[in-house]
Amino acid sequence: MSSLSLARATLLKDLRMEWRSKDAINSMLFFSLLVVVIFSFAFNPTAEESRLIVGGLIWVAFLFAAVVALNQTWARELRNQVLDAYRVSPAPANALFVAKVLGNFLFVVVLEALMAPLFVVFYQLRSVGPVWQLVIIALLGTWALVVNGTFFAALSIRTRNREIMLPLILFPISIPALLAMVDSTTAVLTGESSPDFWMKLLVVYDVIFTAVCLLLFESVLNAE
Amino acid sequence: MKPFSIAFIVLTLGLLAFSTYQALFVAPTEQTMGEVQRIFYYHVPSAWVAGVCFFVNFLASIAYIVKRNEKADALAAASAEVGVVFCTIVLLTGPIWARPVWGIWWTWDARLTTTLVLWLIYVSYLIVRRFAAGSQTQILAAVIGIFGFVDVPIVYMSIRWFRTQHPSPVMAGGENSGLDPAMLHVFFWNLLAFTCVGIIFIGLRYRLQTMEDTLEAEHAQLALEGGSQ
Repeated sequence: MSSLSLARATLLKDLRMEWRSKDAINSMLFFSLLVVVIFSFAFNPTAEESRLIVGGLIWVAFLFAAVVALNQTWARELRNQVLDAYRVSPAPANALFVAKVLGNFLFVVVLEALMAPLFVVFYQLRSVGPVWQLVIIALLGTWALVVNGTFFAALSIRTRNREIMLPLILFPISIPALLAMVDSTTAVLTGESSPDFWMKLLVVYDVIFTAVCLLLFESVLNAE
Repeated sequence: MKPFSIAFIVLTLGLLAFSTYQALFVAPTEQTMGEVQRIFYYHVPSAWVAGVCFFVNFLASIAYIVKRNEKADALAAASAEVGVVFCTIVLLTGPIWARPVWGIWWTWDARLTTTLVLWLIYVSYLIVRRFAAGSQTQILAAVIGIFGFVDVPIVYMSIRWFRTQHPSPVMAGGENSGLDPAMLHVFFWNLLAFTCVGIIFIGLRYRLQTMEDTLEAEHAQLALEGGSQ
């Protein structure tokens, strides 16, 4: 099997399992809903204020929700020794990684699409800048979170305190990406500054870390 | 311990005493900041040592991934730990200096924030080393060492975009930069002393790590032999 068909097979399997169980998307949705509600109690913002803070809230909510889903991606494969089987097979490791990243990317993007209207309603949000820029920021930012998240989830599943490990590694490394997401979102929402620099930074971050992940994933998968 | 190492440690202790004396008594008092500026002779050399440690960690991590050499891993572990210690010193001496000079303990400026993020990344590295299971520790740690170091320039770039309060590099900065020659002299003595201290710490920690590895291997061997009887 070529890498491409292998990645496609894994991706389709994950999507089918998710479609039937809806485990990841349901837990992410409910989790980020809780975050939105709790934040609105904590800040109780007016429409003007919410424009300034919602960039931060949105991404913190998505980051926490993504961690919930990311922790489940590899646990499923570990249960029936699927990962061990994968390791002894001649299949290229990166095909598996790319499939997992694409799957998680799709889940988180669907989550964002479902949650965005809720933010608009709860925080009386109206963007001053062009909305299409927000879509690009969301896609770039989600990729940054998911590519590193999937990688570190594969890594943290090998440690003793699995589920706690992921945020401990992912958050420090993701700080520049988070900063870029929050500030570019705020820049577009308020329309006061240009999000260009931050969007470029996100592209750079995405390219660099996608490359590093692809380079090192085989070592992590085969770690003995 | 080899006689050479002992001689090096004794020499470094002497050097440290000398450079401390230089920093506290010989160096001229700074005009605007006064005596508190003397913390500079500890703050900057510590930052230098921390930076070198993290770089060594990065190189050792790559070496481990490529060659699977146990010694490279021991060096990576040692340098990360020593680096975190010196980075902590930087993060503690910085606010002590900033409070009387800037009037604030902390500001979210480019270099302060980068140092803090650096510290966070390498603390997470140490946590992974602690919690990874058995023989997987080394490879997982090496991977984080590489990720962490790659992240640093991106962090610096992103936070630079904000505002900067920290002074730009005093040496080789611009037209009006540059230390008084008497201060520069003292500074280099301290830089040398701190670098030697860093080397000793890494050396000792490295020795400890290789001993731990050997001990662990022997325990595993014993358990195997015991199991077969």
